[in-house]
Amino acid sequence: MSESPVTAEEVQHIADLARVNLSDDEIEEFCDQFQDILEYFESLDDVPETDQERELTNVMRPDEVGTSLSQEEALQNAPDKEDGYFKGPPVS
Amino acid sequence: MTINAYITEESISGSDSGQLSDATIAIKDNISTKGVRTTCGSEMLADYVPPYDATVISRLKQAGATISGKTNMDEFGMGTTTETSAFGPTKNPHDHSRVPGGSSGGSAAAVANGDVEYALGSDTGGSVRCPAAFCGVVGLKPTYGLVSRYGLIAYANSLEQIGPITATVEKAAKLLEAIAGKDEHDATTRSLPIPAYTDAIGQDISDLTIGVVTELIEGVDEDVKDVFEAKCNELAARGATVTDISIPALEYAVPAYYVIAMSEASSNLARFDGVRYGISGGYDGDWNDAFAKSRDAGFGDEVKRRILLGTYALSAGYHEKYYEQAQSARSHIRNSFDNAFDDVDILASPTMPTTPFKLGESLSDPLKMYLADVNTVGANLANIPAISVPAGTANDLPVGIQFMGPAFEEKTLFKVASATA
Repeated sequence: MSESPVTAEEVQHIADLARVNLSDDEIEEFCDQFQDILEYFESLDDVPETDQERELTNVMRPDEVGTSLSQEEALQNAPDKEDGYFKGPPVS
Repeated sequence: MTINAYITEESISGSDSGQLSDATIAIKDNISTKGVRTTCGSEMLADYVPPYDATVISRLKQAGATISGKTNMDEFGMGTTTETSAFGPTKNPHDHSRVPGGSSGGSAAAVANGDVEYALGSDTGGSVRCPAAFCGVVGLKPTYGLVSRYGLIAYANSLEQIGPITATVEKAAKLLEAIAGKDEHDATTRSLPIPAYTDAIGQDISDLTIGVVTELIEGVDEDVKDVFEAKCNELAARGATVTDISIPALEYAVPAYYVIAMSEASSNLARFDGVRYGISGGYDGDWNDAFAKSRDAGFGDEVKRRILLGTYALSAGYHEKYYEQAQSARSHIRNSFDNAFDDVDILASPTMPTTPFKLGESLSDPLKMYLADVNTVGANLANIPAISVPAGTANDLPVGIQFMGPAFEEKTLFKVASATA
């Protein structure tokens, strides 16, 4: 996949998935850089088959009601709030 | 003549007494301090004031420590030089034209500059050890699960640990004693008794076998190699058995680290959308438009780069090729370290392949920057502890020696580290 150059369309598609706006200059710069970096990651193709068995311990427990942030504390860093709610843009 | 070690200089007092009541500690700015701005070196959080303390902060207060302020860092922990900070770079106290290392550069510089004798940093791929080496101070990355990450603003949560950066090995042991241990707020912390790490200081090392990792010497500058080898000879003269050991799996360490770290970062930084905190994206268009605007305004280049590459590595069609392969590489590396510790007690290498870079030198080539982490990322991937200790200087610039040990064997690391200083 990295034999062909990373295109501006691909970078824009990834930026859309990640919800990050990019300028045209940034898109161009990232095309070149991503090409090099993804090519470098190709070296992972040769990793030998590995046994990934790990001993895991279940640390889950039943829910217990405890102390939490107050509504005021939870809202204190919000750029916009209204009637005790976080206020944000409309859903698509 | 300021070195710009701090983002916020604000004294926070602890309780009246405790084992750290004579200590003043600088805190990396990705560790939450209640009521005191915590920015992660980013515009996105330039005005963010946490409503709670990280567990390590609560423990430091309980131990009587005074906090001097919040230190400069690469944005969200992403970098090796502290130059990606939105608040300007920090200068290396040993040479103001050079970087202090990163991402915990501010903490290391504050200690090296003599402002404080203790600091906390965080280490995801070397971010405590690199600045410790570049600034000529001590820096430890604990075993994953030893120190609570509750309140550490996440970059790559399967890789990172908060760790001490201090003037001496003994102070690192003392600081670790105060912050280590099970925390009910962090399910990845382990229920293990915390030893008195300070007991290990000054112990005889003649029962130790130290394995010098040949793969981690290969790409190192000659002058750094000379300092490292001289230190190894000193340890041998003090009775330790020093031998060579090969860990071929480490050839995959840097790509595996970056794929995993970037993938986790793309997920962990998805929370920054300008609604609950951060820079608002306004109300033009729908939430996709608003979030994209918020994140463009809040994030610098390196952060955007890593979020995008992580998104790419996890996306449909590429997930198997990049992310799953990286996880296989990680297991392979972890198994290899386990096998190595059957033959030796401790592994050793230079911490960094070079002496500190000049400010501005590394910004144009991100990939070259990533390769500088070659000696440090292995310990994060394998979840084992690693410490950097000053080994000497090359051209008057600090050189660090790194020791790595089996999981939860910090006591052995402190033993060999104290013999090195």
